Amino acid sequence: MTHPSDTGPAPVLALEDISKSFGAVRALRDVSLELFPGEVHALAGENGAGKSTLIKTLAGVHRPDAGRVLLDGEPVVFHGPGDARDAGIAVIYQEPTLFPDLSIAENIFMGRQPRRALGRIDHKATHAATLALMQRLGVELDPDRPARGLSIADQQIVEIAKALSFEARVLIMDEPTAALTGSEVARLFGVVRTLREQGAAVLFISHRLEEMFEICQRVTTLRDGAWISSEPIDGMTEDDLVRRMVGRDLDELYPKQDVEPGQVALSVRRLTREGVFTDVSFDVRHGEIVGLAGLVGAGRTEVARAVFGIDRWDAGEVEVQGRRLTNGAPSTAMAAGLALVPEDRRAQGLVMDMSIERNIGLTGLRTTVRAGLVDRGAERSRSLDWAVKLQVKYARIADTVNTLSGGNQQKVVLAKWLATGPRVLIVDEPTRGIDVGTKAEVHRLLSELAADGVAVLMISSDLPEILGMADRVLVMHEGRLTAEIPRAEATEETVMAAATGRAAA
Amino acid sequence: MPESLTRAVRWDTVVGALLVVLLLLSFSTVDGFGNALNLSFLIGNTLPIALIALPMTLLVVSGEIDLSVASTAGLSGAVMGKLWNDGMAIETIIPLCLLLGVVCGLVNGLLVTRLGLPSLAVTIGTLAAYRGIAQIVLGSDAVTDFPSQYLDFAAGRIGNTFIPQALLPFVVLLAIAVVVLHATPFGRSLFAIGANEEAARFAGIRVRRHKLILFTVTGLMASLTGIFWALHYASARYDNATGLELSIVAAVLLGGIDFDGGRGTLGGAIAGVFLLGALQNVMSLLNVSAQSQIVVTGVLLVISVLGPRVARQISVARAARSAG
Repeated sequence: MTHPSDTGPAPVLALEDISKSFGAVRALRDVSLELFPGEVHALAGENGAGKSTLIKTLAGVHRPDAGRVLLDGEPVVFHGPGDARDAGIAVIYQEPTLFPDLSIAENIFMGRQPRRALGRIDHKATHAATLALMQRLGVELDPDRPARGLSIADQQIVEIAKALSFEARVLIMDEPTAALTGSEVARLFGVVRTLREQGAAVLFISHRLEEMFEICQRVTTLRDGAWISSEPIDGMTEDDLVRRMVGRDLDELYPKQDVEPGQVALSVRRLTREGVFTDVSFDVRHGEIVGLAGLVGAGRTEVARAVFGIDRWDAGEVEVQGRRLTNGAPSTAMAAGLALVPEDRRAQGLVMDMSIERNIGLTGLRTTVRAGLVDRGAERSRSLDWAVKLQVKYARIADTVNTLSGGNQQKVVLAKWLATGPRVLIVDEPTRGIDVGTKAEVHRLLSELAADGVAVLMISSDLPEILGMADRVLVMHEGRLTAEIPRAEATEETVMAAATGRAAA
Repeated sequence: MPESLTRAVRWDTVVGALLVVLLLLSFSTVDGFGNALNLSFLIGNTLPIALIALPMTLLVVSGEIDLSVASTAGLSGAVMGKLWNDGMAIETIIPLCLLLGVVCGLVNGLLVTRLGLPSLAVTIGTLAAYRGIAQIVLGSDAVTDFPSQYLDFAAGRIGNTFIPQALLPFVVLLAIAVVVLHATPFGRSLFAIGANEEAARFAGIRVRRHKLILFTVTGLMASLTGIFWALHYASARYDNATGLELSIVAAVLLGGIDFDGGRGTLGGAIAGVFLLGALQNVMSLLNVSAQSQIVVTGVLLVISVLGPRVARQISVARAARSAG
């Protein structure tokens, strides 16, 4: 372990032996961290490792039970987020919260616009100040443009500009790339590099390991609330990092088994939803994992929604194990053996303030019935069975799902659907925003399901996941299927070429 | 954290306790509260609210509301009076009026589920419309000469007790509603719909059908209440039950049914109904003016939206302190 402090400048912000407990849970134990000006520092760890608590401690939301926060070497106590902000610490969250109807400039200077006589807002000065911020970041965004319609990447850039306007010297970026496309990530990284060159310290959190290697100089790893290491990222491999995060060697991230595909289980024929997707036809066989790749907005999720019956289709037909599905009727799709694990687990997959037990139970309300009433015993054992099988980490099965970490919530969604005993399983971004250990578990599960004869259609924006797990890759571009690539020929290049419309199908 | 402690701040328990306290206090300090006649008045006057509160609870749990219920009740009573004046047999009139309630509810339900309109707006509209139709049907007449055995049933008591005869059918309906909401797949689905409609849809729950059924049943119960009202007070007028929706909604929310849907128990709602009913009864005994009573109802409505939230925040804070 090396400390640049031995030779280089002093850390702008440091945590010394910070501990924080919530009741009996020790969220942080003697964690130390130093952030230097001009570095991008990765914070690595699985869900539940204590990253969020650490960020909230830095941001003044939590006050540590023990340990010190040092700003420019001086101990400070933050009594609230305002203190941290005044000290030059800004947090950029995954999903920015801008006022959609205000302009970019108004969003940045909300509540503290430059004033002219009589308290009138000085629009010219606001505009100029915003323009200056954008130039510092090296981006071109019109200050007078309303925030509505900005991509998430641009919204984050506005948040960064806002942080700079507060003279922020430390930027904490909490999974900023989770909802971004490849080119947006590149754009955001450009801004981060500019900030670094200007001497800012950036604490960067991401579940995508390759991003840490691309943008960060040092990495601090947490596991179960404890500090594991702080070290330069140069010379480390992804396996090294994973080992520190997980505490053991991860057997394999993509444990794909070879399966001989069986009969056609899901057959989609000339499916069209006007203005959304057109003439989509494909089959998925029992035992097969078919990847559905494409850029965000290519229509992948929309096809899945229509197949399952959430949205109606305008033309075409869908068969599951030879049964034609009714247009726009999820209940008949379920009866035919289809399950859909939706992309947004909070909005679509779960009822957040319902218990784990009842969330899993929701898909079984038709089956766990005795004399017309919900058979609570059967419901509980069904839910427990699947929660245990999927190794969901929870205190009590009657706890609400919003008490669980993201990875465990995703497991509850999977449990909810696997409990229906599906023969065709559509999973939409099954591992988005979950840690690498859980990700490997989900992949193993999908592989086992396929081995048991389940037909799996996997939508993912994570290209390595598609390449690692799929027997075949379907690619969509602007609402059409543009390519079908067998596993042997699927590479990042061939898939991306089809996804961007550059390849002959 | 022991479960009993988090339970202690559950709002429906609080309301139940408040009801008990109010009753004990009224028995011991309010003159005339405890006599049989007053108690039968209390229950009889509360029954219309209680009857409609049953389906209203289910509606609010599923994230919807029906403000047209009092107008539907008024319309049913008016149609009943009109047809009775025209010489139709009461045995024919009552099923027809119930059917009318079904139609009223169906209209609300179709406007909400098919056109996707917000139920608050739709039912404010039908609140005015149904009441207007009632006035067109009956004008300013008051029909009072219904057959005596019906009037006796609606106003009578069991033997020499203070218990109104009509309480028994209500208890049966209450039991059915409790089972439907808290023990059937249908009821479980309503909680899911109210808490997260999209997730319910993704779980294969037929959201629109559930809501349509609820609105229809609510219309049916409203017309049943309208019939009961006209017989209980031996008066069918177009303005029967005017403003009753305020008491119903206030009572249901007071009982801890979350206005945003997804939360609450029927026990709490019914405790809320009788808390409000007892309060109104006590205020009348204490000669509080009708206007002031409406003010109290309004204030209760505001408190009832705040109370459960405060209670929940306390339990969440306690859970957070214990669990982290």
